[in-house]
Amino acid sequence: MTPTLATIFVPRDSGALSLGADRVAAAIAAEAARRAVAIELVRNGSRGLYWLEPMVEVATADGARVAYGPVGSADVPSLFDAVFLTNDPAAHPLAQGPVEQIPYLARQRRMVFARMGVTDPLALDDYITHGGFRGLARALELSGAAIVAEITRANLRGRGGAAFPAGIKWKTTLEQADPVKYVVCNADEGDSGSFADRMLMEGDPFLLIEGLAIAGLAVGAAQGFIYLRSEYPHALRTLTAAIATARERGYLGSSVCGGGRAFDLEIVVGAGSYICGEETAMLESLEGKRGMVRFKPPVPAVAGLFGRPTVVNNVVTLASIPAILEHGGEAYNQLGIGRSRGTIPLQLAGNVARPGLVEAPFGLTLRELIHDFGGGTRSGRPLRAVQVGGPLGAYFPAAMLDLPIDYEAMAEAGGLLGHGGVVVFDDTVDLARMARYAMEFCALESCGKCTPCRIGSTRGAELLDRVIRARGGGANLQLLRELCDTMAAGSLCALGGLTPTPVLSALKHFPEDFGLAAAPT
Amino acid sequence: MDSSETWDKDAVAAIVAALKPAPGALMRILRRVQDELGWVPPPALPMIAHELNLSRAEVHGVATFYHDFRHAPPGRNVIRLCRAESCQALGAEALADHVRARLGVGFGETSADRAITLEPVYCLGNCACSPAGVINGNPLGRLTPARFDDALERLLRR
Repeated sequence: MTPTLATIFVPRDSGALSLGADRVAAAIAAEAARRAVAIELVRNGSRGLYWLEPMVEVATADGARVAYGPVGSADVPSLFDAVFLTNDPAAHPLAQGPVEQIPYLARQRRMVFARMGVTDPLALDDYITHGGFRGLARALELSGAAIVAEITRANLRGRGGAAFPAGIKWKTTLEQADPVKYVVCNADEGDSGSFADRMLMEGDPFLLIEGLAIAGLAVGAAQGFIYLRSEYPHALRTLTAAIATARERGYLGSSVCGGGRAFDLEIVVGAGSYICGEETAMLESLEGKRGMVRFKPPVPAVAGLFGRPTVVNNVVTLASIPAILEHGGEAYNQLGIGRSRGTIPLQLAGNVARPGLVEAPFGLTLRELIHDFGGGTRSGRPLRAVQVGGPLGAYFPAAMLDLPIDYEAMAEAGGLLGHGGVVVFDDTVDLARMARYAMEFCALESCGKCTPCRIGSTRGAELLDRVIRARGGGANLQLLRELCDTMAAGSLCALGGLTPTPVLSALKHFPEDFGLAAAPT
Repeated sequence: MDSSETWDKDAVAAIVAALKPAPGALMRILRRVQDELGWVPPPALPMIAHELNLSRAEVHGVATFYHDFRHAPPGRNVIRLCRAESCQALGAEALADHVRARLGVGFGETSADRAITLEPVYCLGNCACSPAGVINGNPLGRLTPARFDDALERLLRR
């Protein structure tokens, strides 16, 4: 039997698939057969260097992995020549050198995303070899209160957008007397510019499963749910397979790792509603109802799913848990600035030359992210605006790029960090149109409970049309500001409450797009 | 939009029977019906309400709340284009204009020959490969009018 000459990695990540990764994988398999070369083809997660996708990695006998990208099926023959014939892989025009030395990757601090692209996402033994389930092993030795104490020591803040301290949520739920409790993973990542959750679920699903299991042990929940948006079918398939494997190997079920405590997981798929990313609307949806936002109190930690104490956490938050258990909360707390501790997986998107996943400690500036990592705009035209934190985030002008990326700094600058998505726009952007889109999106996605959101967003879009047509201030502009006030003060949740944020930031920083001469009063 | 089209009563009945005991059954049933039939037939709603002992208004409310639940059968092929901010930053609106002109349909419409239904979607999570779209469940990234035309041609050739 011919010994395997090389292991070739082609991502199965849906972003890579959208650029032809399956065709590349098929071409590689066919080429290997044609040349009678024995290779092992592994479908890994994406490293998150999307401008290089499909990014093929070749690992030779010494184990080093060399990257090539972006690879098309037509490039495969020359790739084989470079790797197997000339033995000069670096000479190929698509060669990117050893993967781990690519500057974009090497300069990151990957903790949550440490395994991303390294392993076969569904190979549980791969996961274990690369440090998997050590956090769970430690958690099984501890009481629920001790686990919660570790999370609290880490100062882990929710990565979904609200940035609420996870330790407080878990402690509240732990202290409830109800024997039935739940853990719910918010995998309804609906913000434009966000894809960290998707990558995690597709590229390292066991990490999320491990985090959820630890959460269950911590608060005393035997059942967890993952509310997954329907726009992520590949994540659904991958997670479903991973959960089945985890169950087979005893990491989920009636006795986790044989320790006697039960925890199991179920995926529930959404149906295209953005508001179901708001935790209480999500719980309503899980209960089989319209995704209407609930009043708080009571908070879900006290009365959540079906009225039971429920921990609701974002995918990245849960994926951060195992490392905190393994290395201790204090180690996690060492990184970051101010009250933003640990690392954040930033998602760089939009009109940028090198879009992708950049995990870094809090404190990196927008300029460092967009220019040093991102390479500036993809179009080559001047950068004009950056929207941080999704559709409810502010539009910042180029002059504000020295803002450090942390929760408080973004808030002080009139915006929000949210889930960490950063969308870059060049000078072809029309901020008046973007402001109008913000209102339109709110109208489309409003659950309808609050009049300021339900009707205000529709009127807001109409007002913006009039402000733009009038090419100047006047009564409509004043009315728009009052409407924004009403929406911000009178909405139960962040959808209606924060839709004014992008609108007002556009008016403030880009008045010329509205036909206004200078910052209007 | 012909919602008086025939639909598979037995399939829906089987879905209801299977998922009735689950927590939050109504959402799961509607989701499965949408996935298997491609739409949620309005005449199926009273049957579902009856089985779950819910009011028809309640079921109607849930079925019409979520964007995914179609109330008429789609065309043979479904094309979805992302219209959110990241894709807009790289020309999604111009792409949308091109697609509408090429297909002769607007968003939410089906072509006269029922070959194609065009739908908007607000973020596919493929923002690092903007502009993004999906054709019959297959993701497409870094879309341009030319790449779209290629994909459309491959699709219609089948």
